[in-house]
Amino acid sequence: MNTVIIKYPGGNVQSVTFALQRLGLSPVISDQHEVIQAADRVIFPGVGEAATAMRHLRERRLDELIPRLRQPVLGICLGMQLMCRHSEERDTPGLSIFDTEVVRFTGKSIKVPHMGWNQLYNTKDWLKTGIEGIFAYFVHSYFVPLNSNTVAQTTYDLPFSAALRKQNFFAVQFHPEKSGEAGGQILQRFLQQEFQP
Amino acid sequence: MLTKRIIPCLDVKDGRTVKGTNFTQLRDAGDPVELGRLYAQQGADELVYLDISATQEARQNFTSLVREVARHLDIPFTVGGGIGSVSDVESLLEAGADKVTINSAAVANPDLIDELAKQFGSQLVVVAVDARLVGNQWTVFTHGGTRQTERKLFSWAKEVQDRGAGEILFTSMDHDGTKSGYAIDPLNKLSQWLSIPVVASGGAGKREDFLSLFRLTQVDAALAAGVFHFGEIALPTLKTFLAKNGIAVR
Repeated sequence: MNTVIIKYPGGNVQSVTFALQRLGLSPVISDQHEVIQAADRVIFPGVGEAATAMRHLRERRLDELIPRLRQPVLGICLGMQLMCRHSEERDTPGLSIFDTEVVRFTGKSIKVPHMGWNQLYNTKDWLKTGIEGIFAYFVHSYFVPLNSNTVAQTTYDLPFSAALRKQNFFAVQFHPEKSGEAGGQILQRFLQQEFQP
Repeated sequence: MLTKRIIPCLDVKDGRTVKGTNFTQLRDAGDPVELGRLYAQQGADELVYLDISATQEARQNFTSLVREVARHLDIPFTVGGGIGSVSDVESLLEAGADKVTINSAAVANPDLIDELAKQFGSQLVVVAVDARLVGNQWTVFTHGGTRQTERKLFSWAKEVQDRGAGEILFTSMDHDGTKSGYAIDPLNKLSQWLSIPVVASGGAGKREDFLSLFRLTQVDAALAAGVFHFGEIALPTLKTFLAKNGIAVR
């Protein structure tokens, strides 16, 4: 399977590459439009800050390309947040694939960032079987509230979206590449997804 | 519910893991990649790799080791030891490290914390603080606990948070290597006072020490080394013990 990881700086591109290699794939890392468009599966990772990442995407016109992709696309962490309409993080407009805001954790009794292993529940759609109750590794200060595209929840102060799905776009707030065997299972699950537009 | 993290720490010197007791005596505890994988299989929530090599050449080899760890490990890991600049951090992150920890360099040049947070995001920046009681004041030490500074633990921890660190790793030098339990009082104060996660280090000797730590303080994670390396505490047994006693663990 021809899997392409969208390249951008400061991201966790290396970790995602290693995780896919452990699953027996040979992913390609690229920011070239034709390479990304020709992929069977596209992974859009991300660690870092929203405004800087969006600027980088715009400079390469990836902000125009990503929403038009037709093959299964998986956004991870910041990648998922950038796929939303807008982020409170430095008032950053996103790719508007998911019509939702990204907001900051503000609870007085919690530590920010939300860092560590937390449980997935109310799993459905592509995460319907075998995923309920597993622990995944999270590191983030902003979150996507529950919405009509939510397919898994996690609670930190309040329930939020741990995973999303809309047509060929899949997204997870946690880091499957860092979530042990369970994470490998979720990456595998994404790779098995078919979407016929 | 967010679980409490158990973090084995591997000190690496010239490509091998070692463990210091009160930072002076070193014993060999195996191959860093293999040991890390074993801990991951046993349920470690994260790992920390600290490079305590003295030479520049060994430091460069550490980056290759980080790459090998990242290739084989499917849980997050933090690396540190001798990091002094943004470019040091860049090469470690490119090699696949998830977080970096800085200590002496942050004390010498606190702006480094701001620069790292701005460039890579707060969540990647862990500031390690070594301190011990001097008189009645928790006083910060650097350079592997050999140099006393003017800084006090609580004001320094707050400054570190304000400058953009994503996590604090506090080691009580008075407790490290003693196996007499964690430094409950300062950890309790730190974990209530700060709004970023706190990792406790120094003093773990038996599983009850971890239970007391999580019962009596708000810390997010417990780090230990020797008790894991020499098999005095097995990770699966520790996790089961904590769960039975009402602590949220994975």
